[in-house]
Amino acid sequence: MLQAIGLESVEELFAQVPEDLKLRKPLDLPPAMSELELEDHMNRLAQANEAMDRWVCFLGAGSYDHFVPAVVDYIASRGEFYTSYTPYQPEVSQGNLQAFFEYQTMITQLTGMDVSNASLYDGGSATAEAVLMSFSGTGRSGAVVLSQAVHPEYRNIIRTYLENLDTQIRTVPCPQGTTAPEELARLLDDQCSCVVVQHPNFWGQLEPVEQLAQVAHEHGALFIVVVDLVSLGLLKRPSQYGADIVVAEGQCLGSPMSFGGPYLGVMACREEFLRRLPGRIAGQTVDRRGRRCWVLTLQTREQHIRRQKATSNICTNQGLLAIRAAVHLALLGPQGLREQAQLCLWKAHFAAQQITALERFELAFPGPFFKEFLVRDRQGRVADVLHWAWKQGIAAGVPLGRWFPQLQDCFLVAVTEKRTAEQIRRLAQVLAQAP
Amino acid sequence: MRNSRATRLLFELSKPGLRAVRFPEPDVPTPPPQELLPSEQLAADPPPLPELSEPDVVRHFVNLSTMNMAVDTHTYPLGSCTMKYNPKRNDRWAGLPGFAQLHPYQPEQSVQGLLQLLYELQQYLAQISGLDAVSLQPAAGAQGELAALLIAAAYFRQRKAELGPRTRVLIPDSAHGTNPASAAMAGFEAVTIRSNSQGLVDLEDLQQKLDPQVAVFMITNPNTLGLFETQIERIAQMVHDKGGLLYLDGANMNAILGVVRPGDFGADMMHFNPHKTFSGPHGAGGPGAGPIAVKKHLDPYLPVPVVVRDEEGRFRLDYDRPHSIGQVRSFFGNVGVLIRAYAYIRTLGPQGLRQVAEDAVLNANYLLSLVKPFLPVPFGSRCMHEFVATAQELRRQRGITAMDLAKRLLDFGFHAPTVYFPITVREALMIEPTETESKQSLDAMAQALFRITEESPELLRQAPHSTWISRPDEVQAARRPMLKWTPQEDRS
Amino acid sequence: MNPEQLRFTDTHEWVHLETTPEGQTLATVGLTDFAIEQLNDLVYIQLPEVGQQVRRGEAFGEVESVKAVSDLYSPLDGEVEEVNTSLTQDLDPLSQDPFGAGWLIKVRPSNPAQVEELMDYQAYRKMCQEG
Repeated sequence: MLQAIGLESVEELFAQVPEDLKLRKPLDLPPAMSELELEDHMNRLAQANEAMDRWVCFLGAGSYDHFVPAVVDYIASRGEFYTSYTPYQPEVSQGNLQAFFEYQTMITQLTGMDVSNASLYDGGSATAEAVLMSFSGTGRSGAVVLSQAVHPEYRNIIRTYLENLDTQIRTVPCPQGTTAPEELARLLDDQCSCVVVQHPNFWGQLEPVEQLAQVAHEHGALFIVVVDLVSLGLLKRPSQYGADIVVAEGQCLGSPMSFGGPYLGVMACREEFLRRLPGRIAGQTVDRRGRRCWVLTLQTREQHIRRQKATSNICTNQGLLAIRAAVHLALLGPQGLREQAQLCLWKAHFAAQQITALERFELAFPGPFFKEFLVRDRQGRVADVLHWAWKQGIAAGVPLGRWFPQLQDCFLVAVTEKRTAEQIRRLAQVLAQAP
Repeated sequence: MRNSRATRLLFELSKPGLRAVRFPEPDVPTPPPQELLPSEQLAADPPPLPELSEPDVVRHFVNLSTMNMAVDTHTYPLGSCTMKYNPKRNDRWAGLPGFAQLHPYQPEQSVQGLLQLLYELQQYLAQISGLDAVSLQPAAGAQGELAALLIAAAYFRQRKAELGPRTRVLIPDSAHGTNPASAAMAGFEAVTIRSNSQGLVDLEDLQQKLDPQVAVFMITNPNTLGLFETQIERIAQMVHDKGGLLYLDGANMNAILGVVRPGDFGADMMHFNPHKTFSGPHGAGGPGAGPIAVKKHLDPYLPVPVVVRDEEGRFRLDYDRPHSIGQVRSFFGNVGVLIRAYAYIRTLGPQGLRQVAEDAVLNANYLLSLVKPFLPVPFGSRCMHEFVATAQELRRQRGITAMDLAKRLLDFGFHAPTVYFPITVREALMIEPTETESKQSLDAMAQALFRITEESPELLRQAPHSTWISRPDEVQAARRPMLKWTPQEDRS
Repeated sequence: MNPEQLRFTDTHEWVHLETTPEGQTLATVGLTDFAIEQLNDLVYIQLPEVGQQVRRGEAFGEVESVKAVSDLYSPLDGEVEEVNTSLTQDLDPLSQDPFGAGWLIKVRPSNPAQVEELMDYQAYRKMCQEG
């Protein structure tokens, strides 16, 4: 091949690179390994972790140990999905495009919203994107209002995204565990482009979303809700209480926890904001023979066309995770999702009851919750409690002191459909013996 | 074999009462939900999702998959996307329960194996980039760009007294659209720098626009024309002389692995695209990942957390970085993708990575030599990992466009190159064969392209002819957007 | 409208000045046939609100094809008096009759003399041919 292009050495291939810049020695990296050797190495690294296939998982806070049917893994591992890319050539990407169209449809069915995109990175950055959307959606960018009960990492991401813009972030304090509509009203004025609320919120509590939406709208701000998609098997759809933009972490729909990623940023909105949506969107059309088919559409919103005026810089999204979610939802169906939501609800309440039956522990907040609740250790020794439980093979909860100094005597417990009554009783027993 | 019933939608296949997942009978008390939750919070009915059996779902999605071209099935010379073969071993390892079943808020002590892997990956990427510090957090290249620009903003905010306010980001006209979009998102004004007649940065234009308000010059090197910026040292010098930072868009790292390092040619920060360079599968559009590497003086601003190693050799997630820009996404990062990148680097080692660059550049130059006799390649007779041909002459003489060639190539069993990008070349066909294509497949691709250029314009305008659908009506799709399925009775 | 009697910007907008029965000057602004042909298959247009201020050389709206977006630039300073809102529903008049039913906005110009600085038909055609 070198000969064919008239070169004598490989070195000549890099003639464009100035000589003095070239690396004169090999990269300082470990030597190559065969598949067999590396398999051993990777297995050792993996086994050095204490994973949730061996520990009983009550951890949540945005990443959940939900059931993933085998079909999801099987479909997602098809090379035709797995090793294809963004469907730039629709004639040879109908599989991906139709799957995205089905995903979008099911997200609108879940949320009740008019339109969905074909995915963003994760729940956190999707929330920040929703905030950016609200600027062009309202023509305001002076301030945004966040509930304190929104995931602290999501609020951190919004802060990062807005750091170099002239937008003020106002936070509604939630000492009672939910966002009070009158507190929210106090922080709103005609500068505010949006209100961001999580429902159920970071501490698992259900928010008075209807009233909050009303307050936001009275002040001309968009109502952005971060939802738990599994909860929508039972709870009202966001369209029913006045959401303008809905975002969610889609990991709960068929993806492993994988230490935080890759995950799936779900975003849906009202029709009015369609042209402000970031990311890819699949749309239906016909081909030259009149056959129904799908394409990427409304691409003028996107960076490859509109460049600095694009709705977002996003290019690569989470296509494979969106396909996982589509397969997962198709497997669950309406009854499956409702049963899953009910199981979460029942098991979480059973767990809360078992734990609070112990003198030492109480619920930090009194309001209704779905699958997650905040437990206060009256002795304030959260680290000891969690460490003790861990040694018994139980991941009992997430400590919150890192984000909320006032809640450092609390830990957040999540209970999914995968937990059994026996595991829950064991959790309570272990907590009872905690030092 | 493809099943023609497969194009029906899930919703059209749905039959009331069917289901594919059954949960265990509840083993805890089951009060009615309205006893546990306020009834005004409850929906009357579950969401109207489709109802299907497990075999329905499997058959549906397997049939859909057969309507895609993919790296596993076809040569995929999509320029700028580095569609190389994805070693299957990496997927097996990323899926090990010891990685995939880790919760992001587990105690650090319980994830030492993973943290070691991530720590080492940080070091490998620093080594490959020639830069000092790495954050693995960004979810994709574009988010890496955003994170890096926010780092620049924080850096200049802190040095405002000394360096003055910095509001502008310079970007060559041949750059990916993500660059100006990221600049705008980070609150900067994006200013375009012209390319010169060789397809490289026009130094005069750069000189003119490089003023004390410039924060960052974002450069792609090799650039999107597949050319190495031969003046890169001079460019770096010019930017640094004005107190600015040089950002490298690392989309094209495949061409220079182990050959030249961005840190050595003056870059202050860069992102990697592990789904391109380090063979993470592209997954129908993602997930990718977008680790960034920076010089020492920018280290304090990196997103949190970064993995550090303490004196006792334990690995920790360091959140205690007061100058950090914060997080750009939730949790650690796209760990599943990063594990694959780690395994790829460990598989190849230093010689293997350099071999990747050599083979990628050799393949591209070989293909270039076969293609340019019948399809002009405006910039240079040599390229790095990719080249940009133009159908401008064909269009003028015979009315054949780049799109026609791309569509017809599908009939010959090749994925199309990237078309109409970069925007500095008219009727552009951006071809990146990658190192994992054989000489035979390159010969076959060149031959197919040649045959196509000889075909009748009418045949080409109607192409593709053998695919599942013919060219879709994109105008209708955009004029009357239909973005979800609606039940028949709701349609107007 | 007869294109030969219009004035043109180098960004392919046309403008026509008229005096209303009330004696006010009103400028009708549109996009030329040349621009529309270049843009090819329009899919979407975004126009300003009545009452909005426009400035010469600054964007007052956008027109989109499948894979391109173009800003619409005002030929004059002034205030938007009327908007051809029917175009947002149906773009056909814009492509079929750009100098007539496809007009975009009517502006009450604050400085009608600005029109003198624009190209006449001959000059505009010449610019298009030279590409």
